[in-house]
Amino acid sequence: MTEETKAPAATERPSRPSGDGPRSGGDRPRFGGGGGGGRSGPGGPPREGGRKFFRRKKVCKFCTEKIADINYKDYRLLGQFVAESGKIVPRRLTGVCSPHQHRLATAIKQARNIALLPFAGRAS
Amino acid sequence: MNRTYELMFIVRPDMADEDLDKLVSNLESTVTSAAGTVKSVDRMGKRRLAYTVRKFREGIYILLTIEGAGTVIHELERRLRVTEQVIKFLTVRVDEEHKRLEKIKALRDARKKVSAQPAASADEAPTAEVPAASDVPAATA
Repeated sequence: MTEETKAPAATERPSRPSGDGPRSGGDRPRFGGGGGGGRSGPGGPPREGGRKFFRRKKVCKFCTEKIADINYKDYRLLGQFVAESGKIVPRRLTGVCSPHQHRLATAIKQARNIALLPFAGRAS
Repeated sequence: MNRTYELMFIVRPDMADEDLDKLVSNLESTVTSAAGTVKSVDRMGKRRLAYTVRKFREGIYILLTIEGAGTVIHELERRLRVTEQVIKFLTVRVDEEHKRLEKIKALRDARKKVSAQPAASADEAPTAEVPAASDVPAATA
């Protein structure tokens, strides 16, 4: 009887989160959270007991709506991915996937060159 | 020889209509004399600029779609640089982009046909999904 009680106790200890950092850290839900779907290593996790961001998985707007053409001419669409200061918003905030972010950035830069979007400041 | 370009330029807002027409027809003749074709001319009208260009806050936008070799654009840009009324221009090569969009459209149409006829061969579906990386649903991410 005592052996049986000892055995489960012995196996229980390593599985406790406070004991093993890396192994059970992977089981934690915050591995997937914290924005930037697909990237391993969101902003918060290494800090134990710190902020746990459970942001819902952001999806790429262009992938879901099947927008294949990201043109410099549609400044309204591009303006959604530009901050108030005129800067291009990073994809970990907007959830855009990498190839679309590249195209988006090129289109925004072209639009800036032809005065459809500002380089700095609020878009009129 | 079949490169397609989009040339967008901004003209000062205080330009008269007939001067504008003269300018556009001049450019068109330059294109045709350099062995190119003008596919379309789109006058997008007066717009407020996002920043001041040569002390102007507004401008008339014109978009030309041109087909031809690179030398055509070279000549056109040289002329636009010299023209006083043109305050900004941008040339973008679009034939590769059009090709890509056509491909995507064709794939999507093929997929629609496949889903409409369930009796169609199943190997059409995997080949349609493989090259179109942008169509991969976010659920797999």
